Amino acid sequence: MNSQLSTNSYKETKENSNAKFKHLLSEYGILLALLGMAVALTILSPNFLTSANMLNLFKQVSINAVLAIGMTFVILTKGIDLSVGSILAFSGIITASLVVGNDTNLLLGIVAGLGAGLFLGAVNGIIIAKWKVTPFIATLGMMAIARGLTYIYSEGQPISGLSDAFLVIGTGGFLGIPISVWVVLVVFIICTLLLYHTKFGRYVYAVGGNENAARTSGLNVDRTLMSVYCISGLLAGLAGVLLTSRISSGLPQSGISYELDAIAAVVIGGTSLMGGRGRLWGTLVGALIIGVLNNGLDLLAVSSYWQQVIKGTIIIIAVLVDRKRT
Amino acid sequence: MTVQPFLLEMKGISKFFNGIKAISNVNLNIRKGTVHALMGENGAGKSTTMKILSGIYKPTEGTILMEGKEIFPNTPKVALDYGIAMIHQELSPIFEMTVAENIFLGREPLYSKVHLVNYPKMYKDTKKMFENLDLSINPKKKMKELSVSEIQMVEIVKAVSYDSKVIIMDEPTSSLADKEVEQLFSIINRLKKDGKGIIYISHKMDEIFRISDDITVFRDGEYISTNLAKDLDQETLIKQMVGRELTDVFPERNRSVKEEIALSVEGISAPGYFENVSFQVKKGEILGLTGLMGAGRTEVAKAIFGMIPIESGSIKLKGEPINIKEPKDAIKHGIALVTEDRKEEGLVLPMSVKQNITLSSLKSVSSGPMMKKNTEKQVADDMIKSLKIKTHHRNQLVETLSGGNQQKIVLAKWLLTNPTILILDEPTRGIDIGAKTEIYKLMDHLTKEGYSIIMISSEMPEVLGMSDRIIVLSEGKVMGTLSPKEATQEKILSLATANKVEV
Ligand SMILES: Nc1ncnc2c1ncn2[C@@H]1O[C@H](COP(=O)(O)OP(=O)(O)OP(=O)(O)O)[C@@H](O)[C@H]1O
Ligand SMILES: [Mg+2]
Repeated sequence: MNSQLSTNSYKETKENSNAKFKHLLSEYGILLALLGMAVALTILSPNFLTSANMLNLFKQVSINAVLAIGMTFVILTKGIDLSVGSILAFSGIITASLVVGNDTNLLLGIVAGLGAGLFLGAVNGIIIAKWKVTPFIATLGMMAIARGLTYIYSEGQPISGLSDAFLVIGTGGFLGIPISVWVVLVVFIICTLLLYHTKFGRYVYAVGGNENAARTSGLNVDRTLMSVYCISGLLAGLAGVLLTSRISSGLPQSGISYELDAIAAVVIGGTSLMGGRGRLWGTLVGALIIGVLNNGLDLLAVSSYWQQVIKGTIIIIAVLVDRKRT
Repeated sequence: MTVQPFLLEMKGISKFFNGIKAISNVNLNIRKGTVHALMGENGAGKSTTMKILSGIYKPTEGTILMEGKEIFPNTPKVALDYGIAMIHQELSPIFEMTVAENIFLGREPLYSKVHLVNYPKMYKDTKKMFENLDLSINPKKKMKELSVSEIQMVEIVKAVSYDSKVIIMDEPTSSLADKEVEQLFSIINRLKKDGKGIIYISHKMDEIFRISDDITVFRDGEYISTNLAKDLDQETLIKQMVGRELTDVFPERNRSVKEEIALSVEGISAPGYFENVSFQVKKGEILGLTGLMGAGRTEVAKAIFGMIPIESGSIKLKGEPINIKEPKDAIKHGIALVTEDRKEEGLVLPMSVKQNITLSSLKSVSSGPMMKKNTEKQVADDMIKSLKIKTHHRNQLVETLSGGNQQKIVLAKWLLTNPTILILDEPTRGIDIGAKTEIYKLMDHLTKEGYSIIMISSEMPEVLGMSDRIIVLSEGKVMGTLSPKEATQEKILSLATANKVEV
């Protein structure tokens, strides 16, 4: 009897640690994947782990990271936002038009760009929350509308000759770290607070997890949906400002298909398109994985055709791995 | 009992989830041509054991024998091939498909030459099945058009139609009306005669003693005992399940209902659901709302709670008319509704126990927009303790909780809103006898603190045992009000069917 008991408990602990290990692996696997990629690239290419390349990589990632953070809110509510690339272009062109020349009001230009993003996001929100159009269709429409508005406003021409002060956002740094990276960090911290330490964050998960139950529990579902599209629009506007400054001009054709990279970062990060499940830090890691992949494949001189194939494959693998997690 | 070989044997089965024990070393032996009841409290491991048998989970340890030979039911499909079919506790039909398509899912009849689905045959066969079992469900209807009890019957027919050797029924009657329960029992009797083995899980004691031959009891994931049903009585069985003596199911009646009217519903109508319904609930009272399934009870509750718009009539709280458009408004006025369907309207499955419990009262666990995480933990732990919710941790996802414990979470969520009017729609569905007693005690306690309770229930003993007044609905109309002294099962039934007889 006694010996039987002890063998039982032995099995239990073994099973226990085994399962815990598996659990940890599936929970933090993407961090390992990122690390693995970085190590591999450091070995394969002497140019990978240089400060110049790192700065470049982080700057590139920052745009997608900002978009993807907004996208995470939307996807957590079981939605999707296809319009972020177009909103980015619209905000960028608005800001650009207001900061041409050196005697312009910088703040006004930036606020107008952010405001434009917020406004278009709010329109998305109204169409989805109040008029009950599915997010896919609503934001598909907005993708075309915002792109069209961008071309109309800019008459199809790039806007250059931006103020030097404005260009500092994209080129300058603070404590040796690019300003755009600081922006991502600040956005990430604010959004983490929002998602995990406020009532609003709870609403986001509840609405995505079971909209019916959320409504029955007395939550304001419509307002929650409105808010997530506003956040996504605002962050797309911010990304537009960042990009305009980095490339030192407003391009009406910028941001095309950026929504796909943003969605990919969210999904690689472990957020479910079915809503209600996911995590914000995963999105950041997801954006880094995509960034490292792009950067590394460039360094290794892989043709851009193959890069697409590889990126697509990684996305699918990420989802397959993730299905094990939940 | 051991003379004839067992049809099915489960030996020393254990299952761990993420290293945490759900069941350990349990046994189950099924004889041919018998109904074997599997009993135990919520979270005892009944469903988990059955999911292992039907190929949903792989056991961590243990062996399964079918007619003496070891089998490995690794997927539901393989389990079906071995002759094991299961009716699940949580139904998951494909709502967009027709009844017949659901029944023949994965084994659609094909035309012999071309590999296309033979729909006429499929519908004909389904119709024949229903006729044989005396059911009147249209095979061409979509699943989403059926009532919960009809869906349940379809699932039963589906499981039976595989002609399996072992049929598992996990709480098949939790959403069935009496008439359908009788239909199920006659199906079961027929299966017994055909030499099938039926594993039957239910928290309804009277059913267990009516139909089972053998009874196995689990407690806390462990095997406790197997007995012939005729050798057991209810007390002994409950003692085996709960691990202690359980004397009175219903609390003693010593409530003092106040004269003050807490809520009055005056002539409310919602076309298609109910018409001209009026009643009052006094302070400290438990009002039983009963009737047959589909009588409009749930809809009345949903209307009070702002989930169904009312066309005419008014709702008054302490004499003041109130305007309720959405659940939010009702909650603000201190009304809470524990909905009947926990998965659709009650729980956010991918959220944790804690997050579900506090979902309707986030205000009380936050200051301004920020959550007060420690307060929230405290509040959740208190609820887990006081309702005896069986969970490994407050952060466990509710989707991994046993059915009965999920029900308790919904109850906890609403108790936390501190309602003055608590509407309970089938509050003890799927809840074990021990927990039921706890819930009844809690209801009694709440009324003493001045709460008013409207309890919708189809379970006669519960209606008779708990209500201070009983209102019977039929076809959306109030048929009469009974006091507990005059109420009997017969009187309630005759009121509940009054409309039907006239027509
Ligand atoms: N997927 C899972 N992950 C983690 N724990 C689980 C999972 N499924 C079940 N459990 C746990 O296993 C235990 C047994 O659950 P099970 O559903 O078998 O109970 P049950 O006897 O069917 O109860 P009820 O009468 O309430 O339906 C519970 O403590 C439950 O929380
Ligand atoms: Mg169960």
